[in-house]
Amino acid sequence: MKTKIKLIATLIIVMCVSAFTITNSNSGDGYKVGDLAEDFSLKNIDETMVSLSDYKDAKGFIITFTCNTCPYAVMYEDRIIALNEKYASKGYPVIAIMPNNTDVKPGDNFDAMKSRAKSKGFTFPYLIDEKQDVYPKYGATKTPHIFILQKTSKGNVVQYIGAIDDNYKDASAVNTKYVENAVDALLNGKKVEQTETRAIGCSIKA
Amino acid sequence: MLMKFKVIIIAILLTFSCAKRNKKTEVAIDTTSKKEVLSNDNIIGLDLEVYNYEGFKKFLNKKDDKTYVINFWATWCAPCIKELPYFEKLNAKYNNKNVEVILVSLDFPHLYESKLKPFIKEKKLKSKVIALDDADMNSWIPKVDKSWSGSIPATIIYNKNDRKFFEQSFTYEELEREIKTFLK
Repeated sequence: MKTKIKLIATLIIVMCVSAFTITNSNSGDGYKVGDLAEDFSLKNIDETMVSLSDYKDAKGFIITFTCNTCPYAVMYEDRIIALNEKYASKGYPVIAIMPNNTDVKPGDNFDAMKSRAKSKGFTFPYLIDEKQDVYPKYGATKTPHIFILQKTSKGNVVQYIGAIDDNYKDASAVNTKYVENAVDALLNGKKVEQTETRAIGCSIKA
Repeated sequence: MLMKFKVIIIAILLTFSCAKRNKKTEVAIDTTSKKEVLSNDNIIGLDLEVYNYEGFKKFLNKKDDKTYVINFWATWCAPCIKELPYFEKLNAKYNNKNVEVILVSLDFPHLYESKLKPFIKEKKLKSKVIALDDADMNSWIPKVDKSWSGSIPATIIYNKNDRKFFEQSFTYEELEREIKTFLK
């Protein structure tokens, strides 16, 4: 009898929780291409706060959700550094954001972020989404996950969502550089052709 | 005594299954599908079937009477490792009810020998484990499921009548509840 009650209680709880999840995902699916991205204020590894509005001269941003602990993210580190080197001076800097819950992934905590950025020589801000309220707005689900924003009079418009390129294993074997193609198009006043791509990544730890 | 007997039986079984597999590979090479089965290494005494997407997609489209549970995982994915025992339990419990679990590893190919195979051996995984190695992920992720963003764990449950995709972690209870809706 007792187990039966327990079972029913569990069922009710599960139903409530799943009802919640459904509403959540409906309202918080994240940005789509064409949406305006809200600004944020997140702590950088140099202890300063960084917002998109700080970048007066930028034409847009390469927002990169990444972390220390995901092997895919690590495989792309050098390519993220190269992106910033190529495009920051042209008006599209890389802004890296670490979205994981550091209780679940201690290897991604603030000190670990600092030392990783130092040893790899990151030339871009590496921000921590401490309250974990920025990545859900974007709809980032994994690392690495890229969002290219274009600054317009209306605000920062999402122009691309997805992967950096089409070969995680070997940068020299890449056929299509999705992010570079998108930024090049925007710099030349053209429409981005491939606005969404997908790749395997590590799920962001809530 | 019993233990010794078991070891012998297992050894015999292994010998036979290896022999059979090797034969299969030869056939595959003969029929130009060499590209589909990328390799069949056997360095630490464990067979691993490795597929590109073209070769792999048959596992998503079987039309027999079984219900298939296809779980995408990797040894580097902590939530995947956490739920793996639930898939093993499901496979053991529902094997005789026409359910087959297939664990699709997305591990990096250069770590098959050092990470994946030792893991399979150490955890004594009983479900079928295959590896999917296809770097052009944007081309095949939407084919697995339109809604998949690419994060793992991810799971497909299907039979010839129905198909469901989950980009989430499972508890055993959740998994069993889902499988029961397929077996009705």
